[in-house]
Amino acid sequence: MDAEHTEMAIDCFLLAGRIMIESGAETYRVEDTMLRMARSQNMMDAQSYVTPTGIIFSLGKTQPTRITSIPTRITDLHRIALVNNVSRKLTSHLISIEQAYEELKKIEKTNYFLPIAIQVLAASIASGAFLLLFNGTVKDIPAAFIAGGLGLYIVTIIHNMTRVKFFSEFLAAVAIGIVASAAIHYGYGIEIDKIIIGSVMPLVPGLLITNAVRDMMAGHFTAGMAKGAEAFLTAFAIGSGIALVLSF
Amino acid sequence: MLDSVFIQIVISFVATACFGVIFNAPTKTIPACGLVGAVGWAIYYVMIDIGVDEVQASFLGAFVVSLVAYFFARKFRMPMIIFSVSGIIPLVPGGIAYNTMRNVMELDYIMGLQNGMRAFMISGAIAMGLVFAEVFMQIIFRLLSQGKTSMQSFMKSKKRSS
Repeated sequence: MDAEHTEMAIDCFLLAGRIMIESGAETYRVEDTMLRMARSQNMMDAQSYVTPTGIIFSLGKTQPTRITSIPTRITDLHRIALVNNVSRKLTSHLISIEQAYEELKKIEKTNYFLPIAIQVLAASIASGAFLLLFNGTVKDIPAAFIAGGLGLYIVTIIHNMTRVKFFSEFLAAVAIGIVASAAIHYGYGIEIDKIIIGSVMPLVPGLLITNAVRDMMAGHFTAGMAKGAEAFLTAFAIGSGIALVLSF
Repeated sequence: MLDSVFIQIVISFVATACFGVIFNAPTKTIPACGLVGAVGWAIYYVMIDIGVDEVQASFLGAFVVSLVAYFFARKFRMPMIIFSVSGIIPLVPGGIAYNTMRNVMELDYIMGLQNGMRAFMISGAIAMGLVFAEVFMQIIFRLLSQGKTSMQSFMKSKKRSS
């Protein structure tokens, strides 16, 4: 196997790992996927070390070790499924490594998110539904509907503008608090607590908490602690945003 | 009571499916995501109704979420995480976390600690339930496939000898 081909294969594995981590896959699964892909190409000595902020990958003695850094992480389950599909096809030798690399490049460039209007609508409906699950009254649904949608909209917009995740979550929580207080003030709502809990649910870092514990159980303490810290900061940002509004 | 359980299941189905949209699950899996959440919430709701503590009920709910997610993951040939992430969202102790924040803000640190510990216990129980169910299923499937392959090899060797 010539050097150029090997280089390309390493690029391919690193890209697969990077897309998966960026989309919120579990760390141990990313390591496993990269090693499986490498073994299917007869690279038996491959080693990978994955953290939420970077990947180190080595083929053993012959090749220099490569790293890639991961600055941002979002939740995008569609991409995880697509990369998993490519890796499945590669490991069962249905496609060659060149084809896999092309497909991964395409996955990296494409935006698989649904239009923001649909996401905001989903967040609104989810907020209304959660209000009912937490024993809220039907009268509070319109307030939760508006607050939940607005919260997700603000997170998306501010995050695209500033790239600072905790700031956008803080602002969204402030907006939710203001909408809920206004609804109570003008008589469109009854229980402010239930409205806020329902509308904050779309911002809750559910994936991070699950993955943090899951990674710890698989022995990835570095990744688990890092994800736990991210989840804690997110929860803290939401809590302080709400607290700021309620204290007035 | 049956009526209200049915309504709860429908509401949790809608809520979880919406979370599938927010987390950008592949479109064809969104109904399955909703179903996972509805099953988990139904278990939790019935458990709370017959007087089981929230922590144990969350554990059982997450355990069942993980089992159903494992089933769908095999059916759709996709990673399990796609189904389990939105499925556990109804079990997340949002209300208790909110009360913790509220207590701390009102300088009632004793109640804050109490509620905070409770939220921590419940989220730990959810994570434990998820992981235990996954490991449980892996062991079962490993045993099943081992039995199958050893049986097959036994049959092969029998054929060869005869």
